[in-house]
Amino acid sequence: MEFLRPATWDEALAAKAEHPSALPISGGTDVMVELNFDRHRPSALLDLNRISELTAWESGRYEGQEGEVIRLGAAVPYTRITRELSAELPGLALAGNTVGSPQIRNRGSVGGNLGGASPAGDAHPALLAAGRDVLVEAESVRGTRLIPIDEFYVGVKRNSLEPDELIRAVRIPVADGPQQFSKIGTRNAMVIAVCAFGIALHPKNGTVGTGIGSAAPTPRRAVEAEEFIAGELAERGLWQSGGLIGPAAIQRFGELVAAAASPIDDVRGTAAYRRHALAVMARRTLTWTWNEYTQSLRSAA
Amino acid sequence: MSTIRTEKNLQNITTAHPDGIGGSPLRPDGILKVRGEFAYSSDMWHENMLWGMALRSPHAHARILSVDISEAVKHPGVEAVMTHEDIPGAKYYGLEIKDQPALAMGKIRYHGEAIAIVAADHPETARRALAKIKVEYEILPTITTEEQCLDPETYGYVHEPDEYKGHASGNVVHSQKLISGLGVTDEVRALADVVIKGDYVVGMQDQAFLGPESGLAVPAEDGGVDLYIATQWLHVDREQIAPVLGLPENKVRLTLAGVGGAFGGREDLSMQIHACLLAQRTGKPVKIVYSREESFFGHVHRHPAKLTYEHGATRDGKLVYCDARIVLDGGAYASASPAVVGNAASLGMGPYEVPNVNMLAVALYSNNPSCGAMRGFGAVQACFAYEAQMDKLAAELGMDPVELRQINAVEQGSIMPTGQEIDAPAPVADLLRRVKALPLPQELDTTHLDVRDIPGALSNTSHGEGIVRGVGYAVGIKNVGFSEGFDDYSTARVRLEVIGGEPVAMVHTAMAEVGQGGVTVHGQIARTELGVEQVTIHPANTEVGSAGSTSASRQTYMTGGAVKLACEAVRNELVALGRKRYGWDYNDLSLVGGKVVSASAGVLVPIADLLGDTAIDLTREHHHRPTVPFDKETGQGFGHVQYTFCAHRAVVDVDVELGLVKVVELAAAQDVGKALNPLSVVGQIQGGSTQGLGLAVMEEIVVKDGKVRNPSFTDYLIPTILDTPPMPVEVLELADEHAPYGLRGVGEAPTLSSTPAVVAAIRAATGLALNRVPVRPEHLTGTGE
Repeated sequence: MEFLRPATWDEALAAKAEHPSALPISGGTDVMVELNFDRHRPSALLDLNRISELTAWESGRYEGQEGEVIRLGAAVPYTRITRELSAELPGLALAGNTVGSPQIRNRGSVGGNLGGASPAGDAHPALLAAGRDVLVEAESVRGTRLIPIDEFYVGVKRNSLEPDELIRAVRIPVADGPQQFSKIGTRNAMVIAVCAFGIALHPKNGTVGTGIGSAAPTPRRAVEAEEFIAGELAERGLWQSGGLIGPAAIQRFGELVAAAASPIDDVRGTAAYRRHALAVMARRTLTWTWNEYTQSLRSAA
Repeated sequence: MSTIRTEKNLQNITTAHPDGIGGSPLRPDGILKVRGEFAYSSDMWHENMLWGMALRSPHAHARILSVDISEAVKHPGVEAVMTHEDIPGAKYYGLEIKDQPALAMGKIRYHGEAIAIVAADHPETARRALAKIKVEYEILPTITTEEQCLDPETYGYVHEPDEYKGHASGNVVHSQKLISGLGVTDEVRALADVVIKGDYVVGMQDQAFLGPESGLAVPAEDGGVDLYIATQWLHVDREQIAPVLGLPENKVRLTLAGVGGAFGGREDLSMQIHACLLAQRTGKPVKIVYSREESFFGHVHRHPAKLTYEHGATRDGKLVYCDARIVLDGGAYASASPAVVGNAASLGMGPYEVPNVNMLAVALYSNNPSCGAMRGFGAVQACFAYEAQMDKLAAELGMDPVELRQINAVEQGSIMPTGQEIDAPAPVADLLRRVKALPLPQELDTTHLDVRDIPGALSNTSHGEGIVRGVGYAVGIKNVGFSEGFDDYSTARVRLEVIGGEPVAMVHTAMAEVGQGGVTVHGQIARTELGVEQVTIHPANTEVGSAGSTSASRQTYMTGGAVKLACEAVRNELVALGRKRYGWDYNDLSLVGGKVVSASAGVLVPIADLLGDTAIDLTREHHHRPTVPFDKETGQGFGHVQYTFCAHRAVVDVDVELGLVKVVELAAAQDVGKALNPLSVVGQIQGGSTQGLGLAVMEEIVVKDGKVRNPSFTDYLIPTILDTPPMPVEVLELADEHAPYGLRGVGEAPTLSSTPAVVAAIRAATGLALNRVPVRPEHLTGTGE
């Protein structure tokens, strides 16, 4: 197995072009497990640890995205996302806090989650919920491609990257409303998600974002649930009034989230449990975010 | 974590020393282990060392049609490829029944069975060579359910009848009946006012030790082998290894390597024979280290069990009878199944006086993974069932569950269903009273929540919604030492000599230090008995006699007892030396602070001066009092050496909507006879409680059609620090006059009652029946198996 250690981003792109089957490695929290279990023997590893810009983030305004955006380097570890970006990216910060153990959070990154594209990756539901204009910066020697998050996940552990492309960063709009993330595991820490749910309120454009993890071949949104609740909020003028959503609508939202999943029975849980738990998490997280939103309305008034 | 120490009934000890018995000196291996500097068996290295690796079956039941190793042999860097045909000696081995082939012969009986072994210059070379071995299988239907196992005419035999000689054939490894009082007849049933029935299931728990199976076999010039190995019992390993190598036992020398946990999982052989065979074949040192995944296939697990219980009681809560049947899945090979059956049957009534008993316990052969020893050993499964029954009975009678247990509890002088009298303290009612009297933890304060304190923790599933608290109690009974007529004696050698002007004691045993702290305790015993400051612990090896197994809560009792005997012999010889030299006729001598002291005449002489150049070097064996096998038809007999008791109170918070559980507190009370090292004793109780908690809410090897579905720590979950609650421990010290220092084995009892206490608390919170462990979120939310 070859071990490639580019010193710069340009060298990394050149190496990837030359060795399209090389597997990028940064924190190694996923890749090394696969290697140690002998599930995967890539012809080459492409070590990105020397490229310091991948562990940096910046905020700014970018073409094609509204408002302020965080451009998150692919290798920024979860520990730093939770510590440094919990105001700007609250959903992702909460999700990051559920990844593995403290040691894993010190090494694991969003770029790794996206590269692996496992349906159980904790970052995915938060990214999906954060909005349709979350963009993955995919680069190759041929140039830069901005992949909308909705088009990124294409199959079980498959993403829409080309063989010569590397993930450089993810551009995520700064939250314009409350966000939440919940995950089920069968112990109280260090678990792979049995299922997970992310939600983001977007008061600016009157939408609600969702993301479902570990309950379908790919991470996915609960589109009908999003449309239903956005419709409720708009029709009843709740964005302005900050009134109660009410149990019937919250119940319906939960049902629609559960219906959007296509879970399986496996060693981590049954399909029936996953649907059930998604509905509960959807109800609870909607309630939490809405309470936070109405409180912010009241304190602004 | 508060430790409340209670009344004592100490025996007279020769001398007092702060690091002697009753003290809590630091363990010699503790700091090294915490710093990651301790050398475990997987860390060993030898010049010219080869790496061994095994090819394992992906099928649970198959006929091997052919094995073609020709390509693997040619692979560069490969020095040996071996199948059963290359074994120089006996082809079978086993702990109690020699039914397991060292390498598969003609048939595969479980998923992961080893077929061929390779030695190569690098682990990756070995892995590639294994991939070149071609095995043709004829896949057979698996025999995995109780129904299939018990109907061999239809479903076939795991081992053909007469396949190994002298033992019951068919798919029953071992069975034990037990009848006491009048048994359970219609007349007896008529005596009961209330009848409680229940069916219970215990899933397959794994020992989940962190140090994978590993060892280094070094060929010796005399044609023998030196094996450095992480195990629980050096001598019984040797007994099984030597015949397969075609060597006399004295040519197979074992030395204990650093052991990373055991819990019963190292009682059977794993890579020992394979490493030795490859070393013999290649003439080079061979190291084998299992990967985590291979480890799940490389050792036996706790028997999964189906238990059917029926209790009858009077209206005022006195037990009248118990009719019980326990079916243990032993898997492909016998391992320790017969002894596990004996425990399940003889301890299956729990620490209760039950006048009329009818019990049947059986272990079955199947194509599931082999099951054998694990902490609690047959008593764990039974405890889950009988304690669930006690709660059901209390509910039926409208009684307090603790009170019901107390009025039926055994005490000193009680007769067990086996007819054996409990001839040592048995403070069962008092242990229950103590855990119940402890203050309850604070209620959950939902206004100032830290998510780490509630079910789901950092997964952020609740901000206080859906959470219900429950409290549950349980108590259990475990035997100490090997039972049923087994003489599991221990040997200790103690040498006293002067080194650098100081008297130094060296303790040499074959005891496997697996983390239990035996080496610390041996030092404490030597300091107490010999009044010396300096004690060195000789590496454990087969140059000294057997120490028996580090299991069955027996090592402090048995090998600790042997060290005490050897120290006493050394002390007597030292004093004899003084009598001879100085003409002492004192009868009040002791060894204190490096000196011989007379209670009446004061300090007589420093030990160093008395010894001079003489070294006193003596070896003693310690045998426990004899026991007898249980009668096959009635289960009667003085079968156990000692009984030990522990009670738990569990407090849990359950998110009843999501089915997530957080154990808030797990309090224990245990009688330890005498705490030789109080800190270690509390550590054992907390560790055992945690392992029981794991079985209650998460730990299970999932097997489907004989295939293991979760051979990894990603999917076989063990408790993390966020799952492990504060564990207040009350330690009682009521001496057992039959045991050295009055001590009682500690390690296993807390593993028994922890599981049913946690499940009782979950039942209290949810109102659900919960007849199966581990309890999964599905069981709490009605969403599937």
